[in-house]
Amino acid sequence: MEQAAHLVPLNWYLFLSTFLFCIGVMGVLFRRNAIIILMCIELMLNSVNLLLVAFSAYSGNSDGQVFVFFIMVVAAAEVAVGLALLISIYRNIGSTDIDVLNKLKW
Amino acid sequence: MSQLLFFILSTMTILSALVVVFTHKPMYSVLSLIVCFFTIAGHYILLNAQFLAITHVIVYAGAIMVLFLFTVMLLNLNSDSDVPKSGKLRIAATIAAGMLFVTLLASIKATTLGEFTLPPPSDKGMVEHVGQRLFTDYLLPFEISSILFLSAMIGAVLLAKREKN
Repeated sequence: MEQAAHLVPLNWYLFLSTFLFCIGVMGVLFRRNAIIILMCIELMLNSVNLLLVAFSAYSGNSDGQVFVFFIMVVAAAEVAVGLALLISIYRNIGSTDIDVLNKLKW
Repeated sequence: MSQLLFFILSTMTILSALVVVFTHKPMYSVLSLIVCFFTIAGHYILLNAQFLAITHVIVYAGAIMVLFLFTVMLLNLNSDSDVPKSGKLRIAATIAAGMLFVTLLASIKATTLGEFTLPPPSDKGMVEHVGQRLFTDYLLPFEISSILFLSAMIGAVLLAKREKN
């Protein structure tokens, strides 16, 4: 079992989190619903978290895990404020479509 | 064995992430994002980061996604409130994300990582070790993050409160 644990190369984690990050970017560009966009941002944060944990595990150093812990803290705060903003927006304009929010567009 | 687990977990992660982006019902997006977070917790366990795996499940699947779920239900979002972007914009988004992927892949190919192998399972990812790091080397950021949480909490309450007029 311990010998088998050596078999996953670090590169695979790089590819996986790159792919996840790009799915997140695509979702942000692709969708109009602001809640889905927030969820895609969470997806991107998680792909970076996964990469940090992978690097920290492969180098035998637990600093990366502490960083991931702080990223989780910031993500939780971000989601709380973001969803509060969304609810406030929904009360004012009656939708969460980002294309309706064009007052600040040039 | 661990390669097989990695493949199963990765396939589930990627599939559920794709469902998040492409499904038309916000509720399905939220549910598949929960699945995605659980598989990422599985990856953490595979990487011997047990404490982070548990924290990830509690914080993401337990707190953040419940918040999303409540918001989706509170705003009564369904598939007809979701108008897709125009075809041209969708193609542009796909091309842009694909270009980013190709660029990142090329930069991964161009780097030499060196030979890293996963060290045998140790207590590095256990709560004892991570907690010791957190409360000695990273004590100041830890305390500051509590202030961040407090301000986020107050901000969320203030923003979401119904204004009296």
